[in-house]
Amino acid sequence: MEFNVFPNFGKPIKDGVNQFVEYLVVNYGDATEAFSDSLLYFLVKLERLLRGTDPIYILVIVALIAYVASRKISLSLLVVAGMWFIGAIGLWSQAMQTVAILLVAVFISIVIGIPLGVISARADRFRALLNPVLDLMQTIPSFVYLIPAAMLFGLGKVPAILATVIYAVPPLIRLTDLGIRHVDSAVVEASRAFGATRGQILRDVQIPLALPSIMQGINQTLMMALAMVVIASMIGARGVGETVLLGLQRNDAGTGLLGGMAIVVLAVVFDRITQAAGQRMQAHRKVTG
Amino acid sequence: MALIEVQNITKIFGSAPKKQLAKVKEGMGKEQLLAETGHTLGLHDVSLSIEKGEIFVIMGLSGSGKSTLIRHFNRLIDPTDGHILVDGVDVMGFSIKELEEFRRHRMSMVFQRFGLMPHRTVLKNVAYGLEVQGKAKAEREKVAREWIDTVGLSGFEEQYPSQLSGGMQQRVGLARALATDADILLMDEAFSALDPLIRSQMQDQLVELQEKLHKTIVFITHDLDEALRIGDKIAILKDGVLSQVGTPPEILLEPADDYVRAFVRDVNRARVLTVGTVMQPPVMRITHDNMEKALADMRRYDEDFGYVVENKEYRGVVTQEALEEEIAKPGDSPSLYTFADDSNAVELECTLEAALPATLEAECPVAVVDEDGHLKGVLSAEGMGSVLISPDGDKFDQGEKDVSEGGAKKDKPILKEAS
Repeated sequence: MEFNVFPNFGKPIKDGVNQFVEYLVVNYGDATEAFSDSLLYFLVKLERLLRGTDPIYILVIVALIAYVASRKISLSLLVVAGMWFIGAIGLWSQAMQTVAILLVAVFISIVIGIPLGVISARADRFRALLNPVLDLMQTIPSFVYLIPAAMLFGLGKVPAILATVIYAVPPLIRLTDLGIRHVDSAVVEASRAFGATRGQILRDVQIPLALPSIMQGINQTLMMALAMVVIASMIGARGVGETVLLGLQRNDAGTGLLGGMAIVVLAVVFDRITQAAGQRMQAHRKVTG
Repeated sequence: MALIEVQNITKIFGSAPKKQLAKVKEGMGKEQLLAETGHTLGLHDVSLSIEKGEIFVIMGLSGSGKSTLIRHFNRLIDPTDGHILVDGVDVMGFSIKELEEFRRHRMSMVFQRFGLMPHRTVLKNVAYGLEVQGKAKAEREKVAREWIDTVGLSGFEEQYPSQLSGGMQQRVGLARALATDADILLMDEAFSALDPLIRSQMQDQLVELQEKLHKTIVFITHDLDEALRIGDKIAILKDGVLSQVGTPPEILLEPADDYVRAFVRDVNRARVLTVGTVMQPPVMRITHDNMEKALADMRRYDEDFGYVVENKEYRGVVTQEALEEEIAKPGDSPSLYTFADDSNAVELECTLEAALPATLEAECPVAVVDEDGHLKGVLSAEGMGSVLISPDGDKFDQGEKDVSEGGAKKDKPILKEAS
């Protein structure tokens, strides 16, 4: 018998995964659909709200958020100018769709990411298990999980959000973990010495002192989520990503550029606001002595 | 029974400390243990008794295990072997819940690096222990304000720790520890990070507070001067083993081994020892006011001086010579009580440094009296000199040594300062 250096592992893996996905679709289709519907419900509401509100109000609200985050008028002016520019190139409505998807994706990322980061900071073994998973989530091409996601949740926004979360949550988990691990051990020890429980230490010392780092994680999550909008548009999520995709499909460089510019402007706006918030949190959080 | 009983605490650091315990108990030393097993012996069979209301100082150089030891008291570190009893209850037997209660109400702690929460104001930092205890906001802030006032930080309530100097931050740390009303205060090198002037102010403040509060204080330091200054009792730790436990004069005058001896050699003894520890009984005590009889007694016992005492109260010193002159004068002799020279007397609690001028000026040993004016003993220049000489004997005194070394040390020469 001829000896083959490469046994055929590919076929069993491929068949196994296909069977597994099929099994999930057949047996848990209703459950995933219910989940998908409830997520969609919130998403659609948010999207309607953002698109239905007069852009003037949105511009004012964005300016206020920027001011609260930074206490600088200049930042407010910058973000308003950016948002106005998006409207001026005719992509306001698409931008609002994208923002809705982003906000939901980032919200889910925070709900998942911060607790996982906290557990990871406290349990070295959990961290050792989690780390390779996070590496995988960040490196595996998103199309690979978009296919089963689309099968389970249908085409459209929901798989787009899930794909975005998978791609965007790892930096938040890592930075939460890092932030908590880097909290000055003397302060944690002092808290313990006064009889604080683990929960009190977490609430009173570790989370507050890790906040700048956590905020950095949220910023990273937002940026990575924005990087996913074009890919998300390929499975039917509307928004500025779709504009880029249209430009690509119709060989229309101008439209593609407009979509690209809108994405860049949104990135700048989100980045500046979260960075400024993070910076203000740095105040009084460094241990001196 | 003492308030805190530390019983045979051994702490081994490493991957499997319990397995190495037998070797340590058989007498394996720190170096050998590290070389053979990779485990570090932090503390070896340490036992202490700490009485209620005393300031107990644990002194040692870095690496001696003193910070490890103090963390055993409230179990921030668990021992490999041994027990700690507080009021007869074994702290090692506490569950997590009991331990948290114990830390909240019985022991509070002050840290070398302050351990303040940088994101909380001074007020909220001081109130933290009470917050953990579950006290209502209004109540804990009221108590916190009182303690902030006590440590002299009124007006800084709304500041953040980063806005304060090191000394002020440590006052916040002290106020936070006192606010919980725990009866035992653990102080881990609490003043070591402060500069010398602030440090001595804080030491004074602590001693002053202790006179009012009567807490039991366990104080860790690497500075013997600090230990001698504030400690009622001192334990000296070396490489995880206790070298000596005793009162400051015991440590100074009877060092147990070469390690302690080396430590105490550079101490300014005159500043630490009190008159009471070195005085001798008065040789000749005169308890009547008859000059002739006094003179006769002095001649009989061949003594040059006598110390006159009226109803236990010290009245002064007389010399044989002065008595002879006075008796030889015509007319009535005055009462011996008024004749005796009472200008030179030192108090029992006085340091040798303060007593030195009087001792050197007087031609006879100076009388030592207690606060009621009773004669307790006498202090001679020779007696004083003998204790001021370092235990290794070859140095005349601290002052001479300092001068020869260029006076770089912070203690000034005694002789100069006394003048």
